[in-house]
Amino acid sequence: MSLLQVKNLVVEFPGRRGTLRALDDISFEIAPGEILGVVGESGAGKSLTGASIIGLLEPPGRVASGQILLEGERIDNLGHEQMRRIRGRRIGAIFQDPLTSLNPLYTVGRQLVETIQTHLPVSAEEARRRAIGLLQDTGIPAAEQRIDHYPHQFSGGMRQRVVIALALAAEPKLIVADEPTTALDVSIQAQIITLLKTICKQHGAAVMLITHDMGVIAETCDRVAVMYAGRIAEIGPVHEVINHPAHPYTVGLMASIPDMAVDRERLNQIDGAMPRLNAIPHGCAFNPRCPKVFDRCKSERPELMDAGATRAACWLHDAKSRGGAA
Amino acid sequence: MSALVQAHDLAKTFDVSPPWLNRVLEGKPRQLLQAVDGVSFEIEKGKTLALVGESGCGKSTVARLLVGLYEPTRGGLNFDGQDAHAAFKVPEGRKLRRRIQMIFQDPYASLNPRWIVEDIIGEPLKEHGLITDKAALKARVGELLKSVGLSPLDMVKYPHQFSGGQRQRISIARALATEPEFLVCDEPTSALDVSVQAQVLNIMKDLQRERGLTYLFISHNLAVVRHVSDQVGVMYLGRLVELADKQTLFANPRHPYTRMLLDAIPEMHNTGRARTPVQGEVPNPLNPPSGCSFHPRCPYANERCKSERPQLLSIAGAKIACHAVEEGRI
Repeated sequence: MSLLQVKNLVVEFPGRRGTLRALDDISFEIAPGEILGVVGESGAGKSLTGASIIGLLEPPGRVASGQILLEGERIDNLGHEQMRRIRGRRIGAIFQDPLTSLNPLYTVGRQLVETIQTHLPVSAEEARRRAIGLLQDTGIPAAEQRIDHYPHQFSGGMRQRVVIALALAAEPKLIVADEPTTALDVSIQAQIITLLKTICKQHGAAVMLITHDMGVIAETCDRVAVMYAGRIAEIGPVHEVINHPAHPYTVGLMASIPDMAVDRERLNQIDGAMPRLNAIPHGCAFNPRCPKVFDRCKSERPELMDAGATRAACWLHDAKSRGGAA
Repeated sequence: MSALVQAHDLAKTFDVSPPWLNRVLEGKPRQLLQAVDGVSFEIEKGKTLALVGESGCGKSTVARLLVGLYEPTRGGLNFDGQDAHAAFKVPEGRKLRRRIQMIFQDPYASLNPRWIVEDIIGEPLKEHGLITDKAALKARVGELLKSVGLSPLDMVKYPHQFSGGQRQRISIARALATEPEFLVCDEPTSALDVSVQAQVLNIMKDLQRERGLTYLFISHNLAVVRHVSDQVGVMYLGRLVELADKQTLFANPRHPYTRMLLDAIPEMHNTGRARTPVQGEVPNPLNPPSGCSFHPRCPYANERCKSERPQLLSIAGAKIACHAVEEGRI
């Protein structure tokens, strides 16, 4: 059974000038121990997807319809207090900026111990022992001394290690990591990615890794979901999506990334920009920018369908419209 | 012909001492931060030099030194044969400032939110007294907008009405307004999404070809650097550790730090590759290591590296500051 199931999730932001639909009918699953990457450009809805799973949607945003199931149990309709108990215990979270995820007034040890004791029935000494163990696991040198230091005494990379330790403190089954390496330099990014991968395997935790960096996805994930304008454009095994993308948006996205291996005079560019939420085009949201657009794309919205080894929301892969496309 | 841009032994030291009262009462010493320490390079007309390195290595300080936003502590810049920093000080220096322009990283912070695009792009033209006639100014701003792929009709809009990529194009149009020969670009695409980054990089390359622009391109993204540059300089803790042609550097990186940076880039098409990330982090620049500042993280470091600072030497077509490479150990 899947660890996490998201079924037809719709997230809306009611406003004075009408309601904005930020996530529109999103469905995906994460298996136990799996690493799912979620990639897309700013405003595609990747972070919102993560926030709705951990129950931290900023009001007035709300889940308008659809379901989120954790181990077969609905968590999208839980109250504040119930959700607080799940967060940390069963779903851990890692955010982009390690400095704002830690309380600057408490030592990292106190924060770790507090998290462990909130969720697990252990004594203070046991919690501290575990906290030191977690810091060691995440590769912090001299953990026995470092545990009594404050966040500002750590460097950016070290702080992100502390945040990972904190996310793992109550041994959750799922970790939602929202751009965990974006604020870090490449050499530190490589260390953190490797750490995240090995430590989650060690603890048997599944990861939903949200990032805009295709390279990070390629290195880390088992499967990847590509988002565009609040919907999933394509989802599938990571090497399939990267090497044989089926959705024209994924094709364009992959081609626009400067490649270390190939020298090109010009980069491929996708003309235009992602539509604003209040002006999502009719039919397929990508149709005004799509090089392979045809009539059906402008009138009818495609759902995810089989496209080779992946699933893509694109009429090119529908048997009925294939004749018209050529 | 000598190169258009010649930086020789550029250095910048910042005084980051505690306030006077704390120094007196608590006996704290003065503290100096060596942000850039003896950086030299040349850029030929129409070429691009890229500077890469991690946060805090001094690449942005170099950019600011070149456009005259900072006064160098030591060394200087020769632009088209004249001493730029001496020229910036006298009133005629304006002519030189017109020829060197800068594009900043953050397209949200670098445009005045209360000005319309016409005023933003027209400001350098008015400031340098290039165009005084109102109609001519409008026409010129329209032309500039067209050259970066925007519409002249956009000139009555405010920055918030544009997306990040469009804003960065406005920054480019503003930088081009005075018809400069040399553009200093400080991480111009790192705030942008990849598909938008591709649009901006393509425009920058087109403009370079059309106008023979010379670029100093600062970035931490090696793939982007590989795409835009002719020459690449790798910086670590305020110094150049390797300076080479793009082909040489990417095909045959010599300095251990360059190798580490290249190794740290996630690969797209070789998924699941296990890599050995280099341990350690950039040291505190207030208290840099002795000798070669990379030695605490370097797998090839020996006693000499800990005590003697390597100089940038020409080795096999590249300039490298490393004892191990010089001695033929790697």
